[in-house]
Amino acid sequence: MRDWRYRLGEHRGTLLAFVFFILMFTIYASNHPAGFTANVVQTAANKGVLLALVAMAQTFVVLTAGIDLSVGMVLVLTNCLASWIVVGSPVMVGLGVLGVLITGAVCGAISGAIVIYGRLQPIVTTIATGAIYFGIALALRPVPGGDVDSDLADAFTGRLFGVIPSSLVALLVVVLVIWVPFRRSEIGRAAYAVGSSQPAAYMSGVPVRAASFLVYVLSGVIAAIGGLFLTFITASGEASAANGGSYTLFSIAAAVLGGVSLFGGSGSAIGAIFGALMFRTIGDLLFVFDLEPLWQPLFQGVVLLAAVCLGSVRLFQIRNRLDLFE
Amino acid sequence: MEGASKRYGGVKALEKADLTVEAGQIHGILGENGAGKSTLIKIMAGVVEPDEGRMLLEGREIKFASPAAANQAGIVCIFQELSLIPDLSVADNISISNPPKKFRLIDRRAQRRIAEEALARAGAEDIHPLAPVKDLPLSRRQMVEIAKALARNPRVLILDEATSALTAADVAKVFVVLKRLRSEGLALLYISHRMHEIAELADRCTVFRNGRNVATYRAGEKSDNEVVELMIGREYSHVFPAKRPLAASDKPPVLEVRKLSWSGRLKEISLAVRAGEVVGLGGLDGQGQRELLLALFGVLRGVSGEILVDGAPASISSPSAAKTRRIGMALIPEDRKTEGLMLPMSVRVNLSFAALDRISRRGVVDRASERRLIDEMIELLTIRTDGIDAPVGALSGGNQQKVVIAKWLMVKPRIVLLNDPTRGIDVGTKVELYQLLRKLAQTGAAIVFYSTDYDELIGCCDRVLVLYDGAVKRVLAGGEITERALIGSALNIGTRGEGAAMASGTSV
Repeated sequence: MRDWRYRLGEHRGTLLAFVFFILMFTIYASNHPAGFTANVVQTAANKGVLLALVAMAQTFVVLTAGIDLSVGMVLVLTNCLASWIVVGSPVMVGLGVLGVLITGAVCGAISGAIVIYGRLQPIVTTIATGAIYFGIALALRPVPGGDVDSDLADAFTGRLFGVIPSSLVALLVVVLVIWVPFRRSEIGRAAYAVGSSQPAAYMSGVPVRAASFLVYVLSGVIAAIGGLFLTFITASGEASAANGGSYTLFSIAAAVLGGVSLFGGSGSAIGAIFGALMFRTIGDLLFVFDLEPLWQPLFQGVVLLAAVCLGSVRLFQIRNRLDLFE
Repeated sequence: MEGASKRYGGVKALEKADLTVEAGQIHGILGENGAGKSTLIKIMAGVVEPDEGRMLLEGREIKFASPAAANQAGIVCIFQELSLIPDLSVADNISISNPPKKFRLIDRRAQRRIAEEALARAGAEDIHPLAPVKDLPLSRRQMVEIAKALARNPRVLILDEATSALTAADVAKVFVVLKRLRSEGLALLYISHRMHEIAELADRCTVFRNGRNVATYRAGEKSDNEVVELMIGREYSHVFPAKRPLAASDKPPVLEVRKLSWSGRLKEISLAVRAGEVVGLGGLDGQGQRELLLALFGVLRGVSGEILVDGAPASISSPSAAKTRRIGMALIPEDRKTEGLMLPMSVRVNLSFAALDRISRRGVVDRASERRLIDEMIELLTIRTDGIDAPVGALSGGNQQKVVIAKWLMVKPRIVLLNDPTRGIDVGTKVELYQLLRKLAQTGAAIVFYSTDYDELIGCCDRVLVLYDGAVKRVLAGGEITERALIGSALNIGTRGEGAAMASGTSV
């Protein structure tokens, strides 16, 4: 009988993000001049899925109480790489996709190895590795350009059966193939344990280092999937520092909106996905209500601040002021 | 275990200790603070590696690189500091190190079944397996910790103060479980400060003192007083300055506390400290001494009771309120690295922090008066440093501790609270600190001094309040402050002074 209450408690952040997103999206779609059509949903989905992927990538690392400021740059690097190698014969395209994913994994593994085995702080490490990845991206694409296999691009950004945005289906597959097994595996639980209390995790004999390393690798892979997706949408590669930076920052915002704790140990990538979709919808809402797009950052900031405030209500219950600083 | 030794820096925590634990027995371990019990357990549980000596399990020599390796070998330890992961559920925690799997993924149903079984074995069926650990009260968490250990099917189970947070009803349940485990053929190692628990449970007991095992005996062979006798007998290695009797005075005490309580951890504590007096806080580690000092210093929220300074009620809502001129309180914290110093910053900056309002004019630090005050302090405390702009982190432990103390002396406090200030510093510095304490008292300061070292309490204090479970159990004054009286009242057994000690052998 009490089971459902505990389950609800565990997924509260995710559910809240889901409800808020549905609410906002309904308002958006019902006020859209074109109405609630497959086209409107498809455009929204393509924009949303991109941020959702980056937010997911961020979530893996944040769960272990780390942070990855290189996700945006991995996205940009893999975008530039994909614009070179995901072209040609089907075999070449297939190898190209694989190459992009491996590149993402390697990027993540480098950051992870430095943070975990070199014992450096994640913030500085990922700023540095991020800058390196961006440097490589610039070398690959000094000026925007390139191409991508158009059949593949259409397949991933179009619609299935005329109604379902295929980007959403692709996202679902990523969740089922990467997130769900991770969440239910021993090493995934170890990642949560590390984020929640590293000393307790160590004392309990949990594979602390393996879990911390794996999250960076997975983060890199998912950022690379995001990079592929960006290439499918834009059909070109561009080494844009502004893009990389804003995706990194938005990914953190989306994760927080989705109920992922920056202190680590609680939250879910699914929450982060809805957080990302929500964050995107804020911008779209301004559009349908004919507000200046200039207001967008301000509104996104207000929403983010409100979400963070909700998360810190518990601080009022603390009885020892020294605990406030932990 | 044979001849195990461990040093931390220059401190010998364990020296050639031997211990034999047999299957089907509960083995009690006794010893005062710092006698080497914790180190011994940490070695057995694979948390630290011994410098020398060896461990044998069923005749074979074993070595553990990590707690996980020890678990694998069947040695499971329930630590004093909890090893549970706050954000995960009870069921997740119970099978954290070896979850049941199906298709290489965690089988949640099986995991839940294991959790329910383990909780039932520990007698804690009231805990829901899906509840997140962080929402459980401390006593329930402790039960989860026990259930978690049982779920690993240990051959050797070590309980280190495992009952300290439990209610009497839970303790009774745990005892039933432990006795059943004994009959199932497990070897149990039971460390507790509660003498009556050891008396009820243990088949054999070993007493530790100064990092060595001094006696092993069958339970019931020795009286409480004989056991206390075994635990006493530390080597006196400190020199204490002479105490001076306080002249009678009708001035109100500088600091008076009436019925102070907090959050179930402090219970109606009353005390008074007059100018020139050093009042010690004694008792075992973690009986509320630290919380009492934090409560006085305005760190804790929701403290009830009255605090009077110079006979007038004072409300101290934060450390910055505590250090105002009217109250003039200073707290020398326990952990100098996190609560006392900014390690990378210079000696100058660290020293001036607390006293900035006194040495600045209109918000600007007056370098000349800062320098004067700092020189005064460095001379008073004989701090050895390469100049005042060297980072504090480069100083030795003893000198760092002096900087912490000097920092607070710069505000010229009238009330000085010290939280175990001599932990981990060398003997020479300790002696200097004792002399400083006396000097401060003679200039009219009221001093509250918590120490885990009984010698210090005996040598430095005019009176000692012995705390047990958040309440003052006994007040010792003058000649009453002896090691026997301190240990006796710290263990909360009914020893009354030297003469009566032999007569009363009952445990409470």
